[in-house]
Parts: sequence; C-alpha cells; structure tokens
Amino acid sequence: MRKSSIFLIFILGCTLVLSLVFLDAHFQTAGDLPFLRQEIKVVETLKLTDLCLTTEARHTRHPSQADWHSPFQSHPGALDHFPSGAIIQPPETIIKGYEPHRQ
Amino acid sequence: MSHIVNKQRNILDFALSSLLRRKGRNLALVTVYTLVVFALASVMFFTQALKKEAALVLGATPELIVQKMVAGRHDLIPLSYIDQIKKIRGVAAVTPRLWGYYYDPLIRANYTLLVNDTYPLPEKTIAVGAGIARVRNAHRGSKINFFAYDGKPVVLQVRGILSEESELLSSDLILISAADFRRLFGIPAGYATDLTVQVRNQKEIATVAAKIQQFLPDTRPILRDEIMRTYEAVFDWRAGIVIVVLLGALLAFLIFAWDKAAGLSAEERREIGILKAIGWETADVLQLKFWEGLSVSLTAFLLGIILAYIHIFLAAAPLFATVIKGWSILYPNFRLTPFVSFSQIAVLFFFTVAPYTVATIIPSWRAATIDPDQVMRT
Amino acid sequence: MIELRHIRKVFNAGQPNEHVAVDDVNLAIGTGKVTVLRGPSGSGKTTLLTVLGCMARPTSGRILLQDREVTSLPARFLTAIRRKTFGFIFQQYNLIQGISVIENVMLPAYPNGDSLPALKQRAEKLLDLFNLRPKASARVEWLSGGEAQRTAIARALVNDPQVIIADEPTAHLDTKLSRELMEIVKEFKAQGKTIVIASHDPIVHDSPVIDKVVDMRDGRLIHSGAA
Repeated sequence: MRKSSIFLIFILGCTLVLSLVFLDAHFQTAGDLPFLRQEIKVVETLKLTDLCLTTEARHTRHPSQADWHSPFQSHPGALDHFPSGAIIQPPETIIKGYEPHRQ
Repeated sequence: MSHIVNKQRNILDFALSSLLRRKGRNLALVTVYTLVVFALASVMFFTQALKKEAALVLGATPELIVQKMVAGRHDLIPLSYIDQIKKIRGVAAVTPRLWGYYYDPLIRANYTLLVNDTYPLPEKTIAVGAGIARVRNAHRGSKINFFAYDGKPVVLQVRGILSEESELLSSDLILISAADFRRLFGIPAGYATDLTVQVRNQKEIATVAAKIQQFLPDTRPILRDEIMRTYEAVFDWRAGIVIVVLLGALLAFLIFAWDKAAGLSAEERREIGILKAIGWETADVLQLKFWEGLSVSLTAFLLGIILAYIHIFLAAAPLFATVIKGWSILYPNFRLTPFVSFSQIAVLFFFTVAPYTVATIIPSWRAATIDPDQVMRT
Repeated sequence: MIELRHIRKVFNAGQPNEHVAVDDVNLAIGTGKVTVLRGPSGSGKTTLLTVLGCMARPTSGRILLQDREVTSLPARFLTAIRRKTFGFIFQQYNLIQGISVIENVMLPAYPNGDSLPALKQRAEKLLDLFNLRPKASARVEWLSGGEAQRTAIARALVNDPQVIIADEPTAHLDTKLSRELMEIVKEFKAQGKTIVIASHDPIVHDSPVIDKVVDMRDGRLIHSGAA
C-alpha cells in the first residue's frame, strides 16, 4: 500500500476516534444531567458556595469565601504556599479590588 | 479534479518518504509534539469542564452572603445584625449559617462542618461526606471522636453518608446539629458564621449589598455573581499550573520553530534545488513542505487530543489530581462531566497545528525560490 | 528544432564580479539530432545548457522552441514546458538521498498529477530498460556509480521528453560505462529524441552517433560543423 494511503487511513482513524470521543462526551453529558440536578439540589439545600476540589487549605477549599489578607500570600497573583493555591485563581472579589472595596 | 488529487497524493507520498528518512528524529518530534498538545488539551478540557460544572451547579448558591470582618479576617457575626439587615428595603429573609473547619489530628485531614436546618439532625449525630467515610472507614452507626475547643472529647455517631455522586461538592462535609456545632467550637449563642440574605427582586441585589455595607461597615457582602465569576476565573491563565503548562508548550514550540527556521540544512536546500531543477515549481515545493508540516502536526494534534480526553474524562485526570491534592489527605473522588466543545478543539488546532505548519513552510520559501539552474552551477 | 538567437547570459550584472558566461550565441539544434557542446571548463557549456533547457533565462536574446518564443513566458508556464519537453541528466546525478530508486525516477512526474499506478508502470518500464528493476526499492545511496547514473537517466526520461540534456554525463564513469552510455544515447536517437550533451570527453565527441559538435571558448562559439 502506498504511504499516503496508510497515512490517510491513520488520520481518518484518528478522526473517527475523535468523533467517538465527542459522541461519548455528548452521551456522558446527557447521562450526567440527573446527577447535575442532584448537585444543584445539594447546593441549594445546604447553601453551599464552593466546589470541594481540594481540602488542604481554607482559601482553596472555599475560594469564594477567602478574605483579604490571609490567602494567596502577600499578593493575589503570587504563587501559594499550598500546591492547590498555585493552581486556583484568587476570587473575583480580591482581584477586583486588592484594597477593601469601599465606595 | 482527479488530477489535483493525484498530484497532492503523489506529493504527500514523497513528503512521507522524506520524513521517514529521519525516522528517529521525526518520531521524537511527533512524540514531543503530541505531549505538548496533550498537556494543553488536558488543561483546557479540565478547566473548561470544571468551570462549566461550577457555573451550572453554583447557580443555586445563596444570592447574598454577609460576613463580618475583624482586623482583616472573617469573624463570627452577631445575630443582632439580622434585624438590621431585615430593615433594608427589598430584603425577603435573612438566615444565619453555621459552618467551619475541623482539623482531624488522627488522620491529619481537614473537614468542613456545616449545620443545616432543612434536614435537622438529632444531637450527637452527624452525616458525613463520602470522602470522610472513605478515609475514616466510617459507615452508618460508626462513632467518630472529636475534640472540642476546650479539649474535651465529643463522640458523634454517623447517621448517614452523603451521596458519592455529589462528591465534587460534599466530599469533606460533616452535617451536624447546631447544638453540637456550638459545643464543639465554643461559639456563643448570639453568633453565627455568616448570614445569607434573600432579596425580593434579583435586580436589587447589588443595591442591597451596598446598603448593608453602608449600615454595617464592618461586614462584607459576597454576591452570587462574584462566586460565579470566581469559578469562571478559577483556573485562569494566570494560575500557576496553567502558566507552567503554557510556558512549557510555548518553549517547545519555540524549539520547534527554531529547529525549523535554522534547521533548513544544506542537504535540504540541495534537495529543493534538485526538485526545482527536475521541473518542480516553487508552489510544488511549498506544497511538499506543507504536507511535511501537516503530517507531523496533524498526527500529534489528533493523538494529543484523544489522549487528553482519556486522561481527563476516562481516567479522572490523574496528573492534575496529584497537584490539586497537594498536601490534603482527604481528596474528593470526582468524575467530571465531559463538557467538550468544537470551539475548544478549533482553538487548540489553531494554536498547535497552524503555527507548526507555517513554521515548516516559511523557511523553505526562500530556498524554494532559488533558480532551478543553481544545481548545475555548483 | 530549438533555435537560439543572440543569447547572452551575464551573472552578477552591474557588480564588480560581473561575469559574462555566454555571449552572443546563435545556434540551431535539429530535432532528432545529437549535438555536443565541447570546450574547456568555464567556457559556458553548462550555462548554455541551462538557458537552452529553459532552466535559466538569458540576459538577452531569444529562444524559439518549435518556432515558439519561450523567453518571455511567465515562470509557471516555463516550468511546465521545461518539465514536459526536457529531461535533464546532471553531472553529479543529483539523486535524492534516502529514498528508493523508483521514487527518484518518478519524482519529476509528481507535479503532473498522473495517477500513481500509471506512473509506476512508466517508471518500471524505464527501470527494465536500464536493468535496474531488481534495485527498484533500494535506496539510491546503495547504488554503484553506473547504477546511479542509469537511475538519473531513467529519471530524465520519466516524462517522456522530446529533448534530453546531459551535462558532462561521463565525468564520473569509466571507459566501459561511458561507452555503454553512448549506446543508450544511440537508442534515444533511434527513438527520434533530440539530445544535447556538454562534454569534453573524447569518448563522447568521437562517437559515431554524434551529428554535430559545437566548440565553445569564453562563452562564445568558435566553430560549428559536422563531426
């Protein structure tokens, strides 16, 4: 078989797998809807504010509840002491106004 | 039409033969390139899926939370604030929340303790998240020892375990009765952790928040919008791992581009000269280089994306989990809902395949425009 | 019939190292004839071949290919004409290293857009002609000098050109192989092809197959007549 045929079949195969991936994503998302609805209900009833992604530090367990000074070290953009703090962005409220937001 | 197809396939044949001549080098190239795409796509899939899920789920979060600040720290809020807030026009209801963290020295894990009025628990009983049940090996009826603020032991019995399906939200939660919560942390009766405020008209939330700050200057309101925006930006490009991955990818691309730009060897130049001499046009040579670049980059792109999907959604992101886990003992086992969009793939395509292909063609451009008689003159 | 009129080719024009490679050459090359350009190195033979084969444009003068003026054609058309009309055999063979003999032979035909089976058939026929069939899938760097030369000739023929242009084809061949080459040239002539060879090898210009020897020195023709 000529090389271009092998290559085109390979690319076609990969594209096919990629389409299957999309199909999988589609069905998975559709199938997850009941769970997502359940999650929404949990948030609503327990009055939760954050995702439980990491439990190592206060400000990465509840990023949206983080206060001005303690988390994210000395500067909102600085790399954190905790590994998770280095990958989670400081909350909107802190980025928006580093100084207390008093009009 | 078949003429054009034949021509391109012939040129593609030769491009592949050309690449196979340096099998080791090009295989290494494809491998590194695949890894770059894999890393970028993994970050993209992971953060997008998290953001989407957060946006969906946290839409149900309280619309306004009021916290008291003391010396720059979040402090307990007096329940007397409730009446003052209720006086503000447009406020429908104010509910206190009791929540906090408990560090379990036995297994060195942090728990989030939460009092919930919707499902009131009898005293001395708790409901625990699936993560805690896992690390403490707890089941219905097990007893867990806690130490109160004053060092006295408090034994609480597990009455229920929260669903594993909501682990992304509740893995480390312990639902507890208000009385037990206060006894555990020594919180006096007139205080709560913070207050949630319900506003009649959604459009007035910001106004109400401003008024609360005006009347109670030692508080800070947290709006639902702000929480949502926090999660929109949670793994923004500025965040550490994204920067590291992006920098890595950028560096890899620079090396590629450098290799390509500087790497048009005398040998390659000579070959282009030969092709010109035996009757190839400049455009034919550029098409050859296009196919060379595309076959490498498309292969890497497709493999990288497929691997990234497997990594994030089928294998539950083991590489990122290590980072997120960090020092935490208690790690939620969550499976992300695969929110994948064509636009993500398109963005990746343009940031990976396009630059490489262009980087392959551009340096050849000059070589391809040499006069065909060059070969005979040397 | 290829006609050259007042061909002049200057390299690095207007610069201190300006070099007139070919100067005021008038030459008619008959169809189906074997013409040899003879002269010492640096006499302008190779340059004249490149101009003649539409590889390079003359600085001034005109080239007529079957009474058609080609000097002023845009590069794309010129390349297409060159690819279909001329087959080139280079002094250094100029094969592409690392790929197979048959791929090297097919290479000039790729831009034509012929289907691969047809192309392969043509190439295999040529390989048969030059006893290269067993080497078809061998890499070119494994070939002997004679085999490489024959591969280069097969490549020059793959588009079935009317005119074959060879630049010092015997430079790297021993006497036996050189004589074999002239036998091949004889066959081409028998097929009605026009052949132009630049060479200062006596085996070439003493060969009975030659119709015309053109002597060159310092870019000019000094004598032209029948061999």
